[in-house]
Amino acid sequence: MPYCLSGKISEMLVIKNLHASIDGKEILRGINLEVKAGEIHAIMGPNGSGKSTLSAVLAGKADYEITEGSVTFNGKDLLELSPEDRAREGVFLAFQYPVEIPGVSNINFLKTAINEIRAYKGQTPMEAKDFLALVKEKQKLVELDGKLANRSVNEGFSGGEKKRNEIFQMAMLEPKLAILDETDSGLDIDALRIVAGGVNKLKSKDNATIVITHYQRLLDYIVPDVVHILYKGKIVKSGPKELALELEEKGYDFIKEEVGA
Amino acid sequence: METITKVNTIKDKLIAEFESSKGSLFGDLSIREQALEAFSKQGIPNRKSEEYKYVNMELALKGEFLFSSSIKLSAKQIESTQFLKEAIVIVVENGKFNTEHSKTSSLPKGLEILNISDAVSNDAFKKYYSKYADINSDPFIALNTSLATGGVFIHVEKSAIIEKPIHIIHITSVSENTILNSRNLIVVEENAQATIVESYEIVDSAAKSFNNTLTEIIIEANAIMDHYKIQDEKDFGQIVSTTQAIQKMKSVFTTHTFTLSGLLVRNNLNMVLDGEFIESHLNGLYLTNGNQVVDNHTLVDHRKPNCNSNELYKGIIEEKSSATFNGKIYVRKDAQKTNAFQSNKNILLSDDGTINTKPQLEIYADDVKCSHGTSTGKLDEDKIFYLRARGLSEASAKKLLMHAFASEVVDTIKIDALRDYIEAKISKRFE
Repeated sequence: MPYCLSGKISEMLVIKNLHASIDGKEILRGINLEVKAGEIHAIMGPNGSGKSTLSAVLAGKADYEITEGSVTFNGKDLLELSPEDRAREGVFLAFQYPVEIPGVSNINFLKTAINEIRAYKGQTPMEAKDFLALVKEKQKLVELDGKLANRSVNEGFSGGEKKRNEIFQMAMLEPKLAILDETDSGLDIDALRIVAGGVNKLKSKDNATIVITHYQRLLDYIVPDVVHILYKGKIVKSGPKELALELEEKGYDFIKEEVGA
Repeated sequence: METITKVNTIKDKLIAEFESSKGSLFGDLSIREQALEAFSKQGIPNRKSEEYKYVNMELALKGEFLFSSSIKLSAKQIESTQFLKEAIVIVVENGKFNTEHSKTSSLPKGLEILNISDAVSNDAFKKYYSKYADINSDPFIALNTSLATGGVFIHVEKSAIIEKPIHIIHITSVSENTILNSRNLIVVEENAQATIVESYEIVDSAAKSFNNTLTEIIIEANAIMDHYKIQDEKDFGQIVSTTQAIQKMKSVFTTHTFTLSGLLVRNNLNMVLDGEFIESHLNGLYLTNGNQVVDNHTLVDHRKPNCNSNELYKGIIEEKSSATFNGKIYVRKDAQKTNAFQSNKNILLSDDGTINTKPQLEIYADDVKCSHGTSTGKLDEDKIFYLRARGLSEASAKKLLMHAFASEVVDTIKIDALRDYIEAKISKRFE
């Protein structure tokens, strides 16, 4: 039986029997997941279990073919939406490998993003003054150097700076659902604390977070309400936060034994 | 057999034009006669000519052509081409210096600007005119040298610093197919500094024009010169634009070529580094669409030791257009400790577009650092996805990435008003 939190809040994200393949190879083989506002879900799994595929499919990357199943986000069919409309509806993916975009300033691109999101919602563009105040406030949150915010997107950033920039963008865009794809990979402990601190400060009863990770370590800082174990493209086990500790202790082999793989 | 007849026809017409107009042309007739002979030996290049194989010059010069245009544009029409507010404006209209619209009455100290046909007795003119543009190296240099009708002579005296940019506006307006040969000579004396912007525009033109323009630039020791060429001749202008530059010791020359439009554009940029400790920068950006053909040929000739040259050309190719980059670098035997770098990057946005890129390095010295790199690709899908995942539409994401690609060249523009002008043009282009 899937583990669920009880509550009256309606589901934000509902994934039903999701199957996805790339180049004819099936990676996701029937994912079921429900996420409510205010919750933090962790998805853990060994390499190749489909963690990054799930995040890419949710964000709308075109390389994957959805062969079966459905995803609804606040009642809307997410799979029907373009990547930009998913973002405008409030889905945010913090990339595992953020791309470097020389020549595009971080700030200008965020300004364009915010104003296109506002236009989608029928709002007027943000005043330059308000935008700059927002930049200043959110920069502090992830301890991002002002110089980095003004540079080209991720160009020449260290691994830690790139991840902090992802969280900075998340703070600027204030999504309803944030998907953190292995945000902890390649982070030293200080950067990890800063990034996790940023995520926790942004947490509210109205938004939700999916933390995708291979290791339990990040979950010491971002404490999940539910932990799911993804294995061979399926969620094979769900449970409270202690499940992550059990997994860390016993290793992924115990899952393999348990599901009889 | 038929092709040969055609070649002869246009060549014969050009020679006949020389015979009939030679009485009214400026300067030393013997220079022109030698050039005509050099031209008739070379002829109009056909597609078998190695140097012109990607531009169909025979097609460009097919049909009947006149050699001058009697159209006189109004002050308002000419003003519409003046995109630099703070500049010393020179108007070259249909291949001739236009005294009425050129603002050369009160020039800063140390700057001399003349109609080139009035400059023939000037010492600097006599010293440099047609000294470096080699009539035997290229038929269009030969043609221009024999048929040049007018243009501007600019002389920046020793140690003079000219702060305002000098803007030479080449305006073409023709009612019938016309070949125009304008000629400029720019001399920046020792320790002087100047900025020259050359722009090429078509205003109210009803027929095909073929501009064969040649600008010779002499940069003396310790002089600093910035040079910009802005080409925007819409979908019907044809242009062969030659820049022949020579630099003396410790001089710094930066040249930029922006090709925003034009049916056929061939740029020949020839630079001779004739002294030690010279610095040369060559930047170029070309945006092509429709059936446009843009061909940039550059030559950097390192003749002396301890010089640096740095070349960056970028292009965005759309629809059925075609772009060519051919970059030659010579490092002569004496030119030890040369640093010469070249880079050509292209974005091909359609399946029907063509890009030809060819670096040619000939190095005869043994202690040098030279490199070249070239790349052609589409816009990066991962970057587009990243931007879309933040809420940007696909169109905004692509526009942003094209701007970013161009910015590496655009950012080298030192005149703010010119940079704004080019950025606005790029924005409009990718709307």
